[in-house]
Formats: sequence, structure tokens, C-alpha cells
Amino acid sequence: MFKNALTTLLIWLTAALVSGVFVWLLADIIIHGLPKLSWSFLVEAPENAGRSGGIGPIIVSTVLILGVAMVTATPLSLATAVLLSEFIRHDSVFGRLVRRSLDVLAGVPSIVFGLFGNAFFCIYLGLGFSILSGGLTLSCMVLPILIRTAEEGLQATPNDYRLSASALGMSRSATLVHLLLPAATPALVAGLMLGVGRAVAETAALIFTSGYVDRMPDSLFDSGRALSVHIYDLSMNVAGGDASAYSSALVLILLLLIINSIALSLAKQWLHRSVVTA
Amino acid sequence: MSHFTNNKSEQVDKPNTDDAYTLGPLQAGPPCCDPEPLIRVDNLSLHYGEKPALEGVSLDIYKGCITALIGPSGCGKTSFLSVLNRLTDMIPGCRVSGNVHFDHRNLRHPALDVQRLRRDIGMIFQKPVPFPLSIRRNIELPLREHGMSKQAELNDVVQQVLQDVGLWDEVKDRLASSALALSGGQQQRLCIARALALQPKVLLMDEPCSALDPISSGVVEDLIQRLRGKYTVVIVTHNLAQARRIANYAGFFWIKDQRAGCLIEFGQCKQIFEAPAHELTAAYVNGSRG
Ligand SMILES: Nc1ncnc2c1ncn2[C@@H]1O[C@H](COP(=O)(O)OP(=O)(O)O)[C@@H](O)[C@H]1O
Ligand SMILES: [Mg+2]
Repeated sequence: MFKNALTTLLIWLTAALVSGVFVWLLADIIIHGLPKLSWSFLVEAPENAGRSGGIGPIIVSTVLILGVAMVTATPLSLATAVLLSEFIRHDSVFGRLVRRSLDVLAGVPSIVFGLFGNAFFCIYLGLGFSILSGGLTLSCMVLPILIRTAEEGLQATPNDYRLSASALGMSRSATLVHLLLPAATPALVAGLMLGVGRAVAETAALIFTSGYVDRMPDSLFDSGRALSVHIYDLSMNVAGGDASAYSSALVLILLLLIINSIALSLAKQWLHRSVVTA
Repeated sequence: MSHFTNNKSEQVDKPNTDDAYTLGPLQAGPPCCDPEPLIRVDNLSLHYGEKPALEGVSLDIYKGCITALIGPSGCGKTSFLSVLNRLTDMIPGCRVSGNVHFDHRNLRHPALDVQRLRRDIGMIFQKPVPFPLSIRRNIELPLREHGMSKQAELNDVVQQVLQDVGLWDEVKDRLASSALALSGGQQQRLCIARALALQPKVLLMDEPCSALDPISSGVVEDLIQRLRGKYTVVIVTHNLAQARRIANYAGFFWIKDQRAGCLIEFGQCKQIFEAPAHELTAAYVNGSRG
């Protein structure tokens, strides 16, 4: 009886602690960030090293970098996950090798990705400090997360679907497209969100690849400053930049929320279509 | 008087579904008068890795008849069915040997069109597996995969097979809603309808009633009886009374020497249940072993 009560208390305390930290963090950012947040802050260019002005070009750069990363990483990771889970025996040497490499890659510190991206994309491929280099570096960085979550999502689909579909003479690819991928969609979206979250929070890898020029980028080959880099710069290198840093952090969180809800609603629509329409 | 009440209670137990079906009247269970083998299995053995699961099984499946396979769990009945539609191809490490002929063609030929074969030999699983799609899409998806694309044609087939399994009246107003919302018995009948839509010659059924409640089980059993003559049915069942009611032929599997499953006895259902030639069979059908 007493033990039970203690356990319950502990569980509640832990829950309260976790949500408390989150609420505190959020409240801190909202309280400090909200005053400066305005339409002009969202569209104007930064002035005086970011102390005043807005973050227009930085939002654009961030979205572009994120776009490059996701557009390249999503199809590649989906294809790899399908290969690993549907076309290769789970215990094969190749499969084990790929999985092990991905796990190692997922644990590599982002600064290492930054150095690699700098050496490979900026210098070797001659892309220089550019949104493209940054996006591709992030793409490499989120690839392991995307592949492993997509693979787990596919493997979590009931094997009965595969058996039943084969028993109806359906090909593997049709089974995949019509049954397995829709069934795995929630997991795929969750993985995508994890990837986006990691990419949008990335600073170290971007400093070496997309740079920190805070002008509006003309093309993907221009250098561009990401929000996280901007926040880092404001809070570390710019005296009196704290207010702007808080506002930028708030924008970053809002951006994440927006991307999250768009992805969720797209997935819902897609699922709905694949279930209901003929 | 008592006869009358009896009749009535039977009608309550089994919903009177006679009008809902288009498969024709329920047939009793006489053995086919002129049995013609459609599938011939000769000395079939099956291994999972090094472990034998079936050894030396030989039997004929007769066209238009219902063949029941009985025996304790783990004696290889499911494995036997999986050989007949080559689902064993999908299991890594599964080796099959022996001869299996379907319609005079070698069913185990490596160059055989497996997708075509599985269209001809459908399979129903123990647990109903409706796809997480609408009721209509469940039936249409495999049809489209096999090249039928005209919506009018598809609609006709959907209605036809749903009527065949007596499900049409129950679901005709909600064809676009999810198949997962159906009851267990309805799901199983949907799975049968989905298999029938491909116009198979043979239906393999792996304990199709054992996951269902008694009433749904009765409805599905009626349906299986109606398939007789139009389709060749091979059914695995743990329900001996059911096997006795519906089957023309019966095969008894047993695990020999704690090793591999084998076919102890095969023959007309009546003979297996009433005059088994083997003492193991006698013990099993009388319920003293197994
Ligand atoms: N995929 C598989 N891999 C390894 N062994 C299996 C597999 N499927 C079945 N077996 C084994 O083969 C034997 C026969 O199984 P099964 O055909 O399912 O029997 P039944 O359907 O009569 O219960 C069992 O001992 C089972 O453990
Ligand atoms: Mg079985």
C-alpha cells in the first residue's frame, strides 16, 4: 500500500518535472521573445549585427537549407529503408553492415559532419559556402535517423498483409505501394519530423558549410545564415543581442510547429485518400 | 411438437441466409460420384532449415470436392497448404521436395508464373486479414493488380462476390467505409469474397472458423458448403464435427517420432470418421488422443 503510493508519487513527480522543464523553457522564450516579434521583424533584414532590424533573409535561408536537406534525404532514405526491410533478408551480411554503419553515423557529432561537408561539398565539389552545401550536409546528417525510423515503421506493419497480398497474387511492389507504405505512414511522418527537428536545430554543421552571411540569398549557391546560427551568433558574439536572439528562437519554434502540422495534415489526407477513394 | 421447437431453435442459431447467397443451394455432403484429381501430391517433404516439418506426404485433391485436413497442432497442415500455392517461396530457409501437379502441370517448376498460380489457388487464413482499406478497395485492389481496370466491371464483380458470400445486404450501404470496422465473421467472409473475385479454381482454407464466434463460424461453414462443386476446397480444421459435416474427403496428419508431420490416413470422410483403417486415426477422431 505504502509502496504503491510512493511509486505513484514518484511517477507523478517525474511527469511534473519533465513537463515543468518544458513549460519553463517555452515560457522563458515566449516572455522574452514576444515583445520584439512583429511583422516587420519577420520580413526585414537584420541591422547592426542583428541587434535591430529583422530576420527576413535568415528565415528564407533556413527554409531553403531545410528544403534542400529534406528533398534530398527523404527519397534516398525511403528507398534504403524499403531495400533493407523488404528486399534483403534481415540477417544478411549486407543488411547488418548497412545498419551498423547507420547507427555509427547517427552518433557522429554534428561538428564532424560540418567538417566533412566543408571538405566534400564546399571544397571538393566546389560548391563553396552555400545553401546547397549546408542543405546537403544536413541531408547526410539526418539520413541515418530517417532510414532507421522508416525501416522500423515498415517492419512494424503486420506480416499478415504481405502473406495475404502474395496469396492474392499481388506483386511485392504493389503490396508495398498500396498496403505497406500507407500503413507505415504515421511512422514515416514521425521520422521525418525527427529529422526536420534535428536539421533545424543544427548549428555546428552549418557554420562550416552554409556560412553566416545574413544577406537575402539570390540562389542556392549563395551563402545563407540559418536561424540557429543566427541565434548562436547573437547570444555569443553580439553584446546586446539577447532580445533578438529570444525572438529568433520563438520564430524557430513556431517554424517547427508549422512544419509539423503541415506534415501531419498532408499525411492524414493521403491516408484518407488511400482508404476511401476507389 | 418437440420436432417443431427443435427446428425453430436451429433457425435462431443460424440466421436464415438462403436469399442472400447467389452461390446456389446448400449441398449436403455426398462424395463426388466421379472423382477427378485436380492436385496430385506425391511424396512431398518439407524442411525449415534443418528441421523437417513434413515427410512423404502423398494424396490427391479431387475437383469440386471439399477435402478436410485434420490433426494436432504443429503437424504441418499449414505448411502443406503453403506448398500448394507456393507461399513457401516467401519463407527463407524453407525447402520443399517431391512432386506436386496442379491440372497436370508441375506446380513446383521454377519457371512457373507464381502470381498466376496464386490467382488459381486462393488462400484464406485463420485470422481474417482485411486490408486497412475500404470494403470496396479490399476486393478491387487485387483485381486491378491483375489487370481489370474498368470501374463498371469492377463494380459488378464486387457486388457479385459479396452476394456470393452473403455479405452484400449487410454492407451495400457502406462499401466506402473501412473494412476493419466489420465484425470478425464479416471480415472472414470479405476475405473469402476477395479470393473469389479472382475466380480461383481451388480455395485453401487454414482454420477459417477457429478465430470466429460460434454463430459467425456457422455462417462461414454454410458458405463453404455452398462453394462445393463450383470450387475445389481444401480446409484445415480442428473442429472434427465440422470436418465431418462438410467434407467429402479427409486426411489425418500426425507427428511421427517427435520429428516430422506425415499423412497417416487419407480417404472418404465417412470412412475416416466411421471406419478408420489406422489405430491413430481411430484414437484421434474418437477424441482419445491429440
Ligand atoms: N516459418 C517457419 N519457420 C520455421 N519453422 C516453422 C515455420 N512455420 C512452421 N514451422 C514449424 O513447422 C512445424 C509445422 O507447422 P505448421 O505447418 O504451422 O503446423 P500446423 O498448421 O499443423 O499447426 C511446426 O513444428 C512449426 O514450429
Ligand atoms: Mg496451422
